[in-house]
Amino acid sequence: MAGREKTADGSIVICRCEDITLSEIRDLIAQGYHTIDEIKRVSRAGMGPCQGRTCRQLIARELAAALGVPIEQVEMPTFRPPSRPVLLSTIARGEADE
Amino acid sequence: MSRNSADVVVIGGGVVGCAVAFELAQRGCTNVTLIERDTVASGSSGRCGAGVRQQFGTELNCVLAREAVRIFERMDEYLDYKPSVEFRQSGYLMLAFSDHQWEQFLANVALERSLDIDVKTLTPEEALKIVPFLNIDGMVGATFCQEDGHANPFHTTFAYARAARRLGVEILTHTEVTGIEVEKGRIRAVVTDRGRIATSTVVNCAGAYSGHVAAMAGIDLPVWGERHQILITEPVEPIMGPMVISFHHDFYCQQVPHGSFIMGIGMPGEPKGYNIHSSVDFLEGMARSLRQLLPPVAQLRVVRQWAGLYDRSPDAQPILGECPPVERFFNANGFSGHGFMLAPIVGVIMAELVTTGSSSIDVNRLDAGRFARGELVLEPAVVG
Repeated sequence: MAGREKTADGSIVICRCEDITLSEIRDLIAQGYHTIDEIKRVSRAGMGPCQGRTCRQLIARELAAALGVPIEQVEMPTFRPPSRPVLLSTIARGEADE
Repeated sequence: MSRNSADVVVIGGGVVGCAVAFELAQRGCTNVTLIERDTVASGSSGRCGAGVRQQFGTELNCVLAREAVRIFERMDEYLDYKPSVEFRQSGYLMLAFSDHQWEQFLANVALERSLDIDVKTLTPEEALKIVPFLNIDGMVGATFCQEDGHANPFHTTFAYARAARRLGVEILTHTEVTGIEVEKGRIRAVVTDRGRIATSTVVNCAGAYSGHVAAMAGIDLPVWGERHQILITEPVEPIMGPMVISFHHDFYCQQVPHGSFIMGIGMPGEPKGYNIHSSVDFLEGMARSLRQLLPPVAQLRVVRQWAGLYDRSPDAQPILGECPPVERFFNANGFSGHGFMLAPIVGVIMAELVTTGSSSIDVNRLDAGRFARGELVLEPAVVG
C-alpha cells in the first residue's frame, strides 16, 4: 500500500485520449461513482478515439481495489461500434455506389 | 435497504426522476426514495442528443421549454454543482425545405415571439452567415433562436442526483421495482427486489418503461419504447455554433463543447420495443444526410454510435400529473424525445403537484386521461 500511495498523484495518465489521471479516477471513485460506465459518463474516460481499450482495464483494477471485489466482478461497459474510427464520407460513398 | 417507508417513491433515476426528487426535497418533502434499476443516467437521459430548445409549435411546449431554459441558465449555482452542467446557448438553427414547412415555421415564430422567446427568421443566405458550410440547395428559409442550446446530460443528471442526496433523498441504484401494492384505489407500498417501501405516493419517471410501472398499479398507460440512434465524431476545433435541425430530412447535428459532432436521424419503420442495439442502416443513412446538408462534417471520423429509447406517447407529448383511478399515482413520462430539455421545469411542476395539488404552469391538458377523451395535443415541430 505504501508504494500505491506514492504513485497516487496527478502524473499517471489512465485515459490517454481524454487525458484523465489516476488521481482523478480515484477521486471519482471516492465520490461514489462505482462503475466503469459512471466514471466514463462523468469524466469522458474511455470516450476518445480508442474507446477505452487501455483505460477500461486500468479503471476496472482501481474499482476492484477500492470496492474490495475481484476484478472479474467489475462490469465492463458496452462495446460500441465502430471498432475503429471511420470517415463518414467513406460510409456515405459506399452507400451511393450500390 | 435503509428506509422501509417514504412519503414519496420516485421510480426512475434519469434526469426527470432526479429533478423531481430534488424539487420535492427543496419543498421540504425530504423523506423521498428514488429507485433506479441500473445507475443514475444509465437509460435515455445518458443516451440523448443533449439539445435544449424553445422553438415549438404549441403554447404549452414553448412555455415549458422557456422556463426550463431559465433554470438551465443558472443550474450550476442552483444545484451547487462542480464542475458544470456545461449549458451553452449556442442556438438552434431550424431549416425549412418546403413552402408548407416554412408557413408552419412562420406560425411557430409568431407564437414564440408572443411568449417572449427571441426567434429570428432568416433567408438561406443569412443562415450561411451562421453556418457557412451549410448546403442551402432547396432551402426556403430558417429560424434561429440564440438562447436555445445544449447541456451535458450526464452532468445535469448527476447534479440533480447529488443535490437531492444532500437534501436527504435516498437514491437506491441497482434496485428494481417488482410491484406496487394498491388497495381500494390507494397506494400502500412499492415492492423492489431488495425490499418493500411503504408509501402513499408514487411518481412514475421510468421513461420508456413507464407503461410497465403503471401496469403494476393496475393502470393502462400508453407509453412505449422506440429506438433512436446517435453517433459522435472525433473532436475538432469549434467550427459550428448552433444545433442544426431539418424536419424535412428528420436530421439534427451539433458540435458539443468538447469538439465532437453529435448527430441523429429518424429511422422510418422503427418498431415499438426496447432494442438499444446500433444498426449499420443508421450509420449509412446518417452519413448520407450529413454529406448532403453539412458536407465538411462528413470528412470527420465517427468514433462511436449508440442507441436509446424515446418514451413515446400517442401524441408525442409528455404525460404529467395524477393518474386516476389510483390516488397519488403521478406520471412524468411520455416525453417522446424532449425529456432532457424539459426536465428542470417538469421537476418543479411535479413537486408542486405532489405537495400542493396544483402547479404554477397549468399542465391539466397533459394528463393521461386525454387519450381516452380523444383530446390529443399535436405538436408540429418534432424530429423522428
